[in-house]
Amino acid sequence: MKIEILGTGCSKCNKTKEVIEKVLKNDGVKAEVVKVEDLEKILNYGVMITPAVVIDGEVKLVGKVPNEKEIRKWISQ
Amino acid sequence: MVDIFYPLQWIADKLTYGVFGIAPDTHLAASVNFIIYDVLKILILLVVMIFAVSYIRTYVTPEKTRKVLGGKTGLQYYLLASMLGAVTPFCSCSSVPLFIGFVEAGIPLGVTFSFLITSPLVNEAAVAALWATIGLKATLIYTVSGILLGVFGGYIIGLLKMEKYVADFVYNIKVGDQNKKPEALNMKERATIAFDNVKDIVEKVWLYVIIGVTLGGIFHGYAPEGILAQYAGKDNLLAVPIAVVIGVPLYSNVMGMIPIVESLIGKGLPVGTALAFLMAVTALSLPEMIILKKVLKNELIGVFVLIVTVSIIFTGYLFNIIL
Repeated sequence: MKIEILGTGCSKCNKTKEVIEKVLKNDGVKAEVVKVEDLEKILNYGVMITPAVVIDGEVKLVGKVPNEKEIRKWISQ
Repeated sequence: MVDIFYPLQWIADKLTYGVFGIAPDTHLAASVNFIIYDVLKILILLVVMIFAVSYIRTYVTPEKTRKVLGGKTGLQYYLLASMLGAVTPFCSCSSVPLFIGFVEAGIPLGVTFSFLITSPLVNEAAVAALWATIGLKATLIYTVSGILLGVFGGYIIGLLKMEKYVADFVYNIKVGDQNKKPEALNMKERATIAFDNVKDIVEKVWLYVIIGVTLGGIFHGYAPEGILAQYAGKDNLLAVPIAVVIGVPLYSNVMGMIPIVESLIGKGLPVGTALAFLMAVTALSLPEMIILKKVLKNELIGVFVLIVTVSIIFTGYLFNIIL
């Protein structure tokens, strides 16, 4: 599983990465977590408000920090 | 009219004079009473307002806005863009992707600016805090004029045909489609999203509210009556431009600023001057200009700042005449 966190480096983007990594570690799920800061790549996903979370190429969340419940739902699918 | 906030005044009085045992008619009592009343009132209105607007916002996403406004000209679209800006918040780090996304969708530059000007200027948290501190009438005037200011600013930028002052790379970026299935949300899910948003914002701003109210409370209790009417009254025509010029580069949390401004109004600062100052603080900030430099050439940033600043100054004078 590849989890991309889209954001141009704001504090909310860092928080998103932290909370996702925390859940992965707690649940013992292996995934590649990448931060995408390149504007063009972010826009290629059609995302205009950051942070956003993309899992295996699918945009899951836009414009807010996810909570642990949401993350669990995505990674269990 | 029945004051629905009367119970809060009752609580503030009980706490100040009863629980804390502060003698009435002292500077300390005035300050403490102001602080308790304001914190309660701001927080209550903040929760109600953010919940309501967040709920509405589950229907209005930037992606939809982009589709609705794409390729449209005509004054009504400036107004629509400005109103959508009012209910769509974004942090300054999103202003660049939003800008590119809008321009790429064929939204005219002026319409894009109407959105960008109003979005920080009118937001539910500021509206709630204004309502709590300086009253409903001034808040409505602030909101309506903020939206009109976005229309006007965007329209002028549109007239000036400044498309060539947008960084060239912007036109080359291909904005994709979110391959996200549109979710059909039910009422409960929308309410949950709205409630989460209330929590997010309140967590972020409560400290600023308390700091702002405390500073405002000290000023309210200890500064001499009418001190500002003397120096910055309506007859001092320089007061509005000075307030705006101070406010423009200032990058501050508006939630902390509002209670301070409330106490300044209490000491005789005209409401129009105060609102113009708040508009200047929220509409323009130095960090945001630096971020926008990525996509806008200096000429366009200059025109943008100039138009917004001059409009806010005129709005301030107008407020002082009608309020």
